[in-house]
Amino acid sequence: MQKVLIYDETFEGFLTAVFKVYEEKLKTVQIQKNRNVQSSFFGENEEIISDKVKAERVWSGLQKKLTPLGRNQIYYSFLSEISGIENTMLAYIQQVFSSVESIEKDYANPIVLQLSKIMRSVGREKHRMEAFVRFKLTKDEIYFANIEPDFNVLPLIAKHFKSRYADQKWVIYDIKRKYGLYYNLNHVEMIVMDFPNEFDFTKTSSDFFDEEELDFHELWQNYFKSTTIESRKNRLLHVRHVPKRYWKYLSEKQPL
Amino acid sequence: MSFERIKEKLNILADAAKYDVSCASSGSNRANTNKGLGDATGMGICHTYTEDGRCVSLLKILLTNHCIFDCAYCVTRKSNDIKRAAFKVQEVVDLTINFYRRNYIEGLFLSSGIFKNADYTMERLVLVAKKLRLEENFNGYIHLKSIPGASDELMREAGLYADRLSVNIEIPTREGLKKLAPDKKREDFIKPMKKVKNEIIQYKSEKKIIRSTPKYAPAGQSTQMIIGASGENDYQIMTASHFFYKKFNLKRVYYSGYVPISYDSRLPQIGTEVPMLRENRLYQTDWLMRFYGFHVHEIVNETHQHLELDIDPKLAWALRNIHEFPVDVNRADKRMLARVPGLGMTSVHKILQARKFRQLNWDHLKRIGVALNRAQYFLVCSSGIFERRDLEPATIKGLILQNSASKYRLATSNQLNLFG
Repeated sequence: MQKVLIYDETFEGFLTAVFKVYEEKLKTVQIQKNRNVQSSFFGENEEIISDKVKAERVWSGLQKKLTPLGRNQIYYSFLSEISGIENTMLAYIQQVFSSVESIEKDYANPIVLQLSKIMRSVGREKHRMEAFVRFKLTKDEIYFANIEPDFNVLPLIAKHFKSRYADQKWVIYDIKRKYGLYYNLNHVEMIVMDFPNEFDFTKTSSDFFDEEELDFHELWQNYFKSTTIESRKNRLLHVRHVPKRYWKYLSEKQPL
Repeated sequence: MSFERIKEKLNILADAAKYDVSCASSGSNRANTNKGLGDATGMGICHTYTEDGRCVSLLKILLTNHCIFDCAYCVTRKSNDIKRAAFKVQEVVDLTINFYRRNYIEGLFLSSGIFKNADYTMERLVLVAKKLRLEENFNGYIHLKSIPGASDELMREAGLYADRLSVNIEIPTREGLKKLAPDKKREDFIKPMKKVKNEIIQYKSEKKIIRSTPKYAPAGQSTQMIIGASGENDYQIMTASHFFYKKFNLKRVYYSGYVPISYDSRLPQIGTEVPMLRENRLYQTDWLMRFYGFHVHEIVNETHQHLELDIDPKLAWALRNIHEFPVDVNRADKRMLARVPGLGMTSVHKILQARKFRQLNWDHLKRIGVALNRAQYFLVCSSGIFERRDLEPATIKGLILQNSASKYRLATSNQLNLFG
């Protein structure tokens, strides 16, 4: 009978589920997030309670077999939140443990290739977020930005912003996933915020933001326009580099 | 800050700076120290792209567009009737810091028209960089233009604050320069370039002995050549480029298709199309030379002075050297794999890794991301099916063109029509 392990959407929870698969030598098994649980006529659901020790045992086992590249293939895939990806990740981990040699660069292996492609997509969006975050100075002197990435890349970009903006307080908030990062001049912490009803994420209202904020916004838009060479205009190329789904929060693209 | 005044200056001085194509912000290693602002250790970041599809990584402006020179190809030339403006040093500093804090940019690319003389101008550029580093504790990227004719002393100081320095050669040949920029001498460009090269070498060797030796232009030097303004062929351009890479250890040479900005009879007239396809082919050649192990004269030489427009330069080389093919994907060394049309360096590395595990076939190659439309005529792999016919290069080219949807197809077919 097939077993379905339900976990709490954390990476630790996922690794705990993997531990369970090995501990109980489960053969036909699936791992699912608790929000998309589907009751199955034939399967048996079991809820997994995240366990730090078990998760760490799996991870340190993987560390022995994989370089950072292979570990990222797993972790980035997890952050992709692609539905059903857990099962591919499990298959990957099973292959890692059952092979003598490291499989992470076996690009002709369909599972490795799939995870390495997902890692590329997630990595691309991580890089995009490092580029497309636009801070606005609030009245409380915090540089605030909101994003809505396809993948859950906040954990991946924290380090970049911390080492870059070491002398200013900042918040980067993922509106889709309803959590953010806050740097308090000392360290980065995870936060959940409540926004007033009249708060518009695409506007720079003087109720919330510094009085010079709109001026800089305008300067930046002006700069963006003057640096374009009209006789070379190439809209297709432009949109390929800056896909439209990101325009909403890009200050150079927002109506003033 | 008076925003209205700054806005006007920014419009004029960003507009004048946009013909400088370099926007690289990578290759430096300046880390954030003492909880300052900025960090230039990572790879470069393009924060946005202009509507012509070019990366915007740096705040790219001129300090002023007043200029004592009258170079025909330049929009800020003395005789051109345009609005002039000049930033104060502190204005540039404030603008850079405020843009940087909002994550608009990676840093500053500051160039300038030449006012009074070379040293007077260079001194002000250096002052901006110095203030950013010392007063603002700014560790972002700074690219300064080396002003032709600036003194050795100023060039030495510039490198202590800037990550990258560049002098634009603009016109690849001595004759072209004489015709279009009679006030300028090639030696004036070469001198600061040489100084910076020597300083980089010296600082690097001192750093090995004394660790506290300051960084000197850690992201190196670059230059730019205008394409299609003075009649040079691709052989001349790439030979010049090769010379600058070798002789001055340049990090990059940029090729900038000439955008007509003047009715000067020595230049292509306004309305002439920007040679973007040619520019693209030159960049491809540049890449082949820097990353694919080609010598420049394998691609362009006395007998092949022009790059073909309808196919990329690697394919053109392969068709001229068909006796080197087919290459066995499961055995060939890295050097030869890199020479196969349709194989980029990413694919080459993946193939080298993947073939350790098993013999690769067409299906594997396709999934790895090889452009089989081009590669299939030059490869054998562990599939029984491969191109067995002894095809003529011209036939292969025809087959490839037939099955490709190049973004330039329209452009090239129009150009062919001119002769057809």
